Amino acid sequence: MSRIVRTAADIIYPFIVIFGLYVVAHGHLTPGGGFQGGAVIATGGALVIVAYSYEEVRDWLSGKVLMGQEVIGLVGFIGVALLAFAFGQVFFFNYLNASGSLFGTPVPYGINAGDLNTGGFVPLMNFAVGCEVWGGLTLVILYMLSAFSTEKEVS
Amino acid sequence: MLWNLPFITVVVLTFIGLVTVLMKRNLIKILLGINILESAVNLFLVSLGYRAGGVAPIFTLAPSDLMVLPTPQALTLTSIVIGVATSALVLSFAMVLHKKYGTVDINEIRRLQG
Amino acid sequence: MTFADFIVINAPALLVAIPLFAAFICPAVGRISTTARNVWVMGAMLLTAAVAFILAFTVFTSGTVIYVFGASAANLAVPLDSGGIPIRIIFTIDPMSAFMDIICAIAGVSVLMYSLSSESKNTSLEGYYALFLLMITGVFGMVSTGDIFNFFVFLEILSLASAGIIAYRIDGGLAVEAALKYFILSTLGAILILFAIGIYYGQYNALNIAMIAQRMQFTLLDRIALVFLVAALAMKCGAVPMHFWTPDAYSMAPASVTAFLVVASQAALYGLFRVVFTLYNVTLNCLVVGWIIIILGILSMVVGVTMAIPQKDIKRLMAYHAVSQTGYMLLGVGVGLAVLGNAALTSAFGFTAMEGGIFHIFNHAMYKGLLFLTAGAIIYRIGTRDLNKMGGLGHNMKYTMIFFIIGALAIAGIPPLNGFASKLMIYESVYLFNPILAIIAMVVSILTLASFVKVFHSVFMGPKLPEYAEVKEAPLPMLIGMGILAAIVILFGLFPQPVVDMLVAPAAHALADQGGYIASVLGGA
Repeated sequence: MSRIVRTAADIIYPFIVIFGLYVVAHGHLTPGGGFQGGAVIATGGALVIVAYSYEEVRDWLSGKVLMGQEVIGLVGFIGVALLAFAFGQVFFFNYLNASGSLFGTPVPYGINAGDLNTGGFVPLMNFAVGCEVWGGLTLVILYMLSAFSTEKEVS
Repeated sequence: MLWNLPFITVVVLTFIGLVTVLMKRNLIKILLGINILESAVNLFLVSLGYRAGGVAPIFTLAPSDLMVLPTPQALTLTSIVIGVATSALVLSFAMVLHKKYGTVDINEIRRLQG
Repeated sequence: MTFADFIVINAPALLVAIPLFAAFICPAVGRISTTARNVWVMGAMLLTAAVAFILAFTVFTSGTVIYVFGASAANLAVPLDSGGIPIRIIFTIDPMSAFMDIICAIAGVSVLMYSLSSESKNTSLEGYYALFLLMITGVFGMVSTGDIFNFFVFLEILSLASAGIIAYRIDGGLAVEAALKYFILSTLGAILILFAIGIYYGQYNALNIAMIAQRMQFTLLDRIALVFLVAALAMKCGAVPMHFWTPDAYSMAPASVTAFLVVASQAALYGLFRVVFTLYNVTLNCLVVGWIIIILGILSMVVGVTMAIPQKDIKRLMAYHAVSQTGYMLLGVGVGLAVLGNAALTSAFGFTAMEGGIFHIFNHAMYKGLLFLTAGAIIYRIGTRDLNKMGGLGHNMKYTMIFFIIGALAIAGIPPLNGFASKLMIYESVYLFNPILAIIAMVVSILTLASFVKVFHSVFMGPKLPEYAEVKEAPLPMLIGMGILAAIVILFGLFPQPVVDMLVAPAAHALADQGGYIASVLGGA
């Protein structure tokens, strides 16, 4: 792609990533959450792949790192849920809710201004799912593009 | 009549999606038909939760106390995620089939018979 | 609390949590070494099977178990400030669910033991085992859940994982074509199920099966939802006329996966019975819906066996027989449904028909899995699937031949194997309902026997062929996997009465008892 497109993609990509992380982090207060934020970040990756050719991006993004990111996200999700057993509760019990520690402020009832520190383990699961979706969708895009290459003739 | 408009749209979209899946020969177009069907079902689920005069079911800085139901929105989100996974899987099948059979026309992809 | 108490109380959650956790870490463990991955996968499956047996023991001795996800106590289904409405996802394990859990556990362990050696020659297996464990999660979740949207989610997990694993050995494109057919039909079915769930939610503002059953009034919209659900779930279990994915998918999948796909189809059959019996029960017109299910069963039996006779590919032939045997289950339970409104007929032969159908689910999973595993062993050693090219293998593969004989006699309904026990119950009760149906069932059984005699003769009998002179017996893990299933086939055939009394009869009674199901979830249990 031309220089203008590449420069514009360079400038916008960090903002897209930050916006995606914002959507992931505020999932328990505003619309959004793990899947939506992860999809936004993966779209940023797709923008970079479109602006530069697939061959150059293949050297920057490695499949192993993305797969590792996916596994960390998945294990984080199920690990947080399994940790409820360590507290003597049932599976998926929200042990951080109104507990005073990480994300533990009690939620005020009714319409309020929204405190980021609330929600229990829901923001943690949002981060895990966002990490996983980012890795997974970027892997899917890379795999789909690997069959389409501008170096050789495509029949 | 105006309140039924989302449901009429659901029926029209379902019909379009079904006709596409049944009549088209290109595998990518069949996948698009499946996506249209998924959109129809998602629209159906979301419009079930509507309450007249309600706002979005978010407590953060909400303008009023009357809200639409949030459960169908969670169901729709799950369905959208399943739709994404479905599309990704069928597209990767289409890629492998194109490499092995040379075509994505489903009338040609018919080596398993009987 | 002690460790034993912990396992007993949390067993329903561990049933899906352990395979899910194992599936997610499987790629990472696979990077260490092959042996580590085999140990990890087998350990996870054995642990899950142990939890399933403990859970089934608890349910059969002390009644329905419920497990509420995310509540402050495991059986707090109705929160105190909610006004009598269960708001969380609940796993409701009544005797029918526990019965299906046992089937999945036994089949899963045998199939995994088998696939440890049948797949050892292939590369890049991390994805294979991860998808396999996801299939196991999907099946256990489908049969244990008490929430209809959760059922849909686990059904989709199962469909996606099975489609991925059917296409795993690309096989020159044939496996991918089979997986594509299976997956597109599954997706259409799933969209129909989601429409039905939307109809239930819009009318009754509930997603819990017990809650919808309590509020059910059979309106026009409920009839539409019933049609969607019956059509989609009958398609997922391979009933005619929606069976066209079955021969392709079963024949192109790796051998161990095919044996587990049979169990996955039975889980969809369980879903069909759960919808018809627990959600609707006597509010629907039992005679009409029962006859519709009976006709689906008869069509499956007849079409399955007649399409199986001219087949040349051994796995395709067995797949058509799987369609035919599904017809027996639909016939038995359909007769039970048709007489459900009539208390006298139900106690005369209705319960026997349902018990026959449900017992047939267990027997079919066992002997069909055994047959597919023997076919896989033959293909593993020889490399071809064409019946015309095989011959004289009885000299080389003696154990495989014995297992094949056990499976073939069981599927034809010959005493003293388990197929005879369940088929006898179906014949007896269906004859009292309508004699013609029983006669059709017996004729299909004879044709099944004829078809398997043909297969046995062309595979194992005859002189030793020169090109198969060095073919050895199947490897030991495969024999152990087949042996577990064969042992159950023989055991259930020799002692069917204790099995029916302890396992099948409680399951059948729990399935027909809608009031008990609702009371165990909502009645403050």
